[in-house]
Amino acid sequence: MAVESEGAVENNGVVRTAMGFGSIMNNSYGIGRMGIWRMDEMGGQATPLHRMDARIKILTVFIFIGFVMSFPRYEISALMPFFLFPLVLMGRAGIPPSYIFKKVLIASPFALAVGIFNPWLDPAPMIRVGGIFVSGGWLSFLSILIRFSLTVSVALTLLACTGIQRLCDGMGRMGVPQVLVVQLQLLYRYLFVVVEEGGRLGRGLALRAGPRSRITLRTYGALVGHLLLRSLDRAQRVYQAMASRGYTGETRMMHPPVLRRVDLLFLVGWVLFFGVARYWNLAGQMGRLLIGGGR
Amino acid sequence: MHMADALMSPAVGGVMWAISGGLLAWCSRQVRRLLNDRMIPMMGVLGAFIFAAQMINFSIPGTGSSGHLGGGLILAALLGPYAAFIVIASVLTVQALFFADGGLLALGCNIFNLGFFPAFVAYPLIYKPLVKSTQGGLRFWMGAIGAAVVGLQLGAFCVVLETTLSGISDLPFSTFVWMMLPIHLAIGVVEGVATGAVVLFVLKARPGLLGEPVDSATPPGGGRKVIIGLLAATLIVGGVVSWFASTHPDGLEWAMAKVKGKNTLESQAGMSEKLADIQATTAFLPDYGFKKSEPSQGESSSWPAPSAGTSVSGLVGGLLTLVLAVGAGWLLRAKGRSKTMES
Amino acid sequence: MSHHLIEARDVWFAYPQGADVLRGLSFRITHGEAVGLIGCNGAGKSTLLMHLNGFLTPRCGEIRIGDTPLTAQTVAAARRAVGVVFQDPDDQLFMPTVAEDVAFGPLNLGLPLDEVAQRVGAALERVGMTSVRERPPYKLSAGEKRAVAIATVLAMMPDILVMDEPTSSLDSRGRRRLIELLRGFEHTRIIATHDLELVVEICSRVLIMDEGRIVADGPARTILGDRELLHAHGLERPHSLSHAHAHTAE
Repeated sequence: MAVESEGAVENNGVVRTAMGFGSIMNNSYGIGRMGIWRMDEMGGQATPLHRMDARIKILTVFIFIGFVMSFPRYEISALMPFFLFPLVLMGRAGIPPSYIFKKVLIASPFALAVGIFNPWLDPAPMIRVGGIFVSGGWLSFLSILIRFSLTVSVALTLLACTGIQRLCDGMGRMGVPQVLVVQLQLLYRYLFVVVEEGGRLGRGLALRAGPRSRITLRTYGALVGHLLLRSLDRAQRVYQAMASRGYTGETRMMHPPVLRRVDLLFLVGWVLFFGVARYWNLAGQMGRLLIGGGR
Repeated sequence: MHMADALMSPAVGGVMWAISGGLLAWCSRQVRRLLNDRMIPMMGVLGAFIFAAQMINFSIPGTGSSGHLGGGLILAALLGPYAAFIVIASVLTVQALFFADGGLLALGCNIFNLGFFPAFVAYPLIYKPLVKSTQGGLRFWMGAIGAAVVGLQLGAFCVVLETTLSGISDLPFSTFVWMMLPIHLAIGVVEGVATGAVVLFVLKARPGLLGEPVDSATPPGGGRKVIIGLLAATLIVGGVVSWFASTHPDGLEWAMAKVKGKNTLESQAGMSEKLADIQATTAFLPDYGFKKSEPSQGESSSWPAPSAGTSVSGLVGGLLTLVLAVGAGWLLRAKGRSKTMES
Repeated sequence: MSHHLIEARDVWFAYPQGADVLRGLSFRITHGEAVGLIGCNGAGKSTLLMHLNGFLTPRCGEIRIGDTPLTAQTVAAARRAVGVVFQDPDDQLFMPTVAEDVAFGPLNLGLPLDEVAQRVGAALERVGMTSVRERPPYKLSAGEKRAVAIATVLAMMPDILVMDEPTSSLDSRGRRRLIELLRGFEHTRIIATHDLELVVEICSRVLIMDEGRIVADGPARTILGDRELLHAHGLERPHSLSHAHAHTAE
């Protein structure tokens, strides 16, 4: 265990140097990207959950998101039991929840940017907590935050407990067009290579231009154009390498996974749980039980 | 401008998934039919290129801020619209899975907003007719900037439409539109200039590169008709949907009524305007009347109206459940030994 | 019939809107030979290698693999017979794990899964990379990447191995291991390189390319010992040979 986390730290260190271009790189995004190496490691594990048929996991995750988003806009407490799903998945797959939630925190500010207006737009008080009244806007904003954490963490967990390859394979067998599946696999593979090349270009520029200087549009065009040329050349060579090993547009899998009964049990079990949690406010009832009836 | 799951209703998300899924299936068929397998590694590497390019920021002249490339238009110019749409879809999927940009429910929306408009509206209707010669010049820049601006504006408008229809954000339609469109106008201009600069650079370095794939990707016959048909369908659907939204008590009207200060709840007639004002600036207020029921919402009729009592118990229970969920995840974590799967 | 022969007959080639890169080039390499292909940058080495498995087609002249001319009809068979190890392993390794990368070729050949697995095992064993089989290729060291790239080609069971700069970006230990590995192969080998010491150790025969032609073709020690010839084509005599030479002169 210790060895594993040490490796991860070292790995992040490497990535950080590769990403550290000072003011040139988009930092908020850069941090998000750093996790990709770590994410790849986690997806590559071999726990029973990782080896489970990816289709089952994809399906369960979508049903989960559907249930979560079907709640009325002011709902808070009834959403809480739904955290069980991502947390159990993380536990079974050996994914540290802190890693996922760190990623959730730096993720898309769009939901927050739009949701933050709710407290101003919907100021009518709605519930009383102790002696304090809370407005509908704050409730719906809080609800947005909770939904956001649920749906985003479950998407990240899906990848971390499956791995991109198995996920793509599952998508293919769910009827996603082969072109798109191959596209995803190649995109993923070349993400590492091209991002590193982008990093080299950025560093080269930073060395010559100094860290404080800004990139004018003209420099930017040349910089990104260079990156594009390198990418195109690489695409050409990759194609040659693939073709020289007999590639003709079709890919075959080495280990086609089999659907087992326990997988179906996983799906049915979770969907039942979502259904129960959707129609009975489990958290509310537990709270009522605790502090004495409906008061 | 990635849409997020948290702002979407399942209905809007599902519809947009169906639309994007259909477009993807269609594009896959086109790509398979029109292009050789040489295209496949090209698409993969260019997808990765868009990621890397988004890491390099440029400064926006005259402002203190900086931006980065969106990439839809460049992809369309290099690969043709069908392959470009597939590449954008794959980029957004990876962003949703790895970086939590957007989310899975919103993925359908994001693919449509950021892929459909550059590839199937801005590129064929603006970029291609204007950009005849790629020697720079007025027409070239008009084409690049115009296409980027229109693509982004339509995309941003769709974000507003989808958000408002979902009814989770309280932002009224018109306010939201006025927030989104001017910002994305500025971003679009810069994106257009950046796209033009990159395309010109590549043309200078590799003459003849852009001509080929674009031509081979041009749909044989009927393609333009399909695009125009899709465009018309979009406009009609958009029009009907927004009309529906504006007459239906749920979405738009409801949010707008709130903003205008017209209180929809008669039970709160006794409450002063001042209360609303104070509530607007602070979150919690001591001892005032409280809302007895939610405003009419799709599913709320089957839902017990929250009262102060149930709310407190809900809060306690909610926290407790969260603790339990964390505990369960911790207890069930794999300890290196392989246990059978539990549901 | 044997595929181990590879032959170029008066090959001419030019890139679109460019001058001729290959200008009447001919050679014949027979079974089991290890041939070093040397020459300055821009001599046309890489362009020639791209002809050997049909990525480029000569403007006139022909390439023959075994007894068969390389044409659009025979290119699939030619690619099976000629395995190319690219200069940058990053171009060659694109699957999520080493094992899957090695399996990519055999799977494309349509082999049954158990034979694919057996070939993967054998190829990784041959290059000594069995221990990294489940790791993602981008996490390997440069030397390991190179070895795995060779394994991906070996798993296709080619008759002829073509390598472009196999020692580039390797440290001395990685280079040493690679040399031992290449020495042990019984394939017909064509190695394009600037690393003349590598040629001295592995190759029995050397071709010098300059301006799109083969300007010298002969036993490795003779050609690499000829200071004037090498100098005339922008090359330097390998240190190991010049050292030995100096000793005998004194």
